[in-house]
Amino acid sequence: MANMTAPEAVKPKPVATERPPAKLFDLARDKLRDLNLFLHTRAALEGAPHIHVNNPDGAHSVACGLNANLDVHIHGHVGYYAAGMNQLASVTIHGNAGPGVAENMMSGRVHVKGFASTAAGASAHGGLLVIDGDASLRCGISLKGADIVVGGSVGSFSAFMAQAGRIVICGNAEDALGDSLYEAVIYVRGEVRSLGADARFEPMNETDVAAVSMLLDRAGLTHSPKEFRRVASAKSLYHWHADADQEY
Amino acid sequence: MCGIVGLLIKRPALRDQLGALMVPMLVGMTDRGPDSAGLAVYTAPVPEPSHKLSLYSGANQVDWSQLLLRLAKELEGVHEIAPTGTHAVLTSATDPDLLVSWISRHAPAIAVLSIGQSIDLYKDVGAPADIAERYQFKSLRGSHLVGHTRMATESAVTPAHAHPFTAGRDFCLVHNGSLSNPHLVRKKLEPLGIRFETDNDTEAACRFFEWRLREGDDLRTAVQRGFSELDGFFTFLMGTDQELLIVRDAFSCKPAVVAETDDYVAIASEFRSLAHLPHIKHATLFEPKPEEIYSWRI
Repeated sequence: MANMTAPEAVKPKPVATERPPAKLFDLARDKLRDLNLFLHTRAALEGAPHIHVNNPDGAHSVACGLNANLDVHIHGHVGYYAAGMNQLASVTIHGNAGPGVAENMMSGRVHVKGFASTAAGASAHGGLLVIDGDASLRCGISLKGADIVVGGSVGSFSAFMAQAGRIVICGNAEDALGDSLYEAVIYVRGEVRSLGADARFEPMNETDVAAVSMLLDRAGLTHSPKEFRRVASAKSLYHWHADADQEY
Repeated sequence: MCGIVGLLIKRPALRDQLGALMVPMLVGMTDRGPDSAGLAVYTAPVPEPSHKLSLYSGANQVDWSQLLLRLAKELEGVHEIAPTGTHAVLTSATDPDLLVSWISRHAPAIAVLSIGQSIDLYKDVGAPADIAERYQFKSLRGSHLVGHTRMATESAVTPAHAHPFTAGRDFCLVHNGSLSNPHLVRKKLEPLGIRFETDNDTEAACRFFEWRLREGDDLRTAVQRGFSELDGFFTFLMGTDQELLIVRDAFSCKPAVVAETDDYVAIASEFRSLAHLPHIKHATLFEPKPEEIYSWRI
């Protein structure tokens, strides 16, 4: 409404004329290598930060290794390692992701609109991975500092040996959640079939509530942070106990 | 690494296209299994008491019509043979055990790949696209099939070590993964009179399940028993004349994705083998959960 009363001279220009043209790749026709080469080199130089990719049809390593402030939209399902090693870029997958989506991400944002296969966000150091659907087994395995928000449920052995970072699970978790955790923290809203060795439930403090609230907000989800429980390391595996029960 | 593919047609009108729909699925798994490929296709059953035997002559030149003449002379019953190069489907009303023993005595260069009333089985070494072309996979018709592309990790690259493996009648299995106790399974089965043809780990699983089926288990019960008997990594895809079944081990390191529409159920190690299928954008897609048994009947 403010614009309607503003003088003609200060009216903002229409957004469309300021926005650089979007670049379109069709993987039914274009080579994956040409797409990734464009994303690695020319996209930032040519000032074309909006890239759309059609017909990925389960290809591997789509939009891997980006290191620029790009906005990539992939329309369809991708195979292994999509958006792996991502830095700075925002990659949205309008479909499902295969194993190892956003593995080793350093920064930026990866958003899977469907479900993700095994080892989503494995070893990711930074940035945010959002999965609207379920994530399969080993989600966030060996996490090293990134944040992961899963709108659905996660499979067994999720957050195995996770060292730093946060995982928010809006649904349930299968077996051995947080096995051998280090300093990473898990927030889970639904049922946990079993906790892994050395993982334990802990009370949510104000910092936890604020963190969950912020991460849900960034993921576009509206659950109440108070519905979540905190899972963290009991730290009893940090040092070797020769007398400990070694049955696990 | 290996690739698996499975396809079950729900709408009978599409059964003529089974092979044509499947070939891109199999070829799509070439990166996962470039050294051998094979498939079992299930057709309408031949009438009792007939059976079909899939025969393979490998590097040996076999005159299939000559073989048929000799069979007709020596064994009673009507025999028919449908050759495709080094492969042939023999249909006969003679007891299959008698046929197998006759072949081993009189034509030892010929391997019997499968026995049943519905199953036809093809497997060979080479690139999946070449094998598909060699045996005219695109013209295959039937209700369902089980296919495999192999990257050998634990035993030799030969046609006999390629998948699918079969045991008994109308049963086959393909495997992505590796078993760590196939020799123990074998030690348990051999004293029961069960004979092995190779040293391959998958054959142990195949013969274990078929033994359980003969002992009266249904396929689901047999697979359930397998969880405590078979140790290792697996995505198993199995076929009987009535059923297609997939199961993954508790760790589910070996991938699988299922696409289901009103017309078909399609299974592959990866979505890229399913992307070409009709109406795939409207299919229900999911990954089989660990130790959960999924099966579909024709």
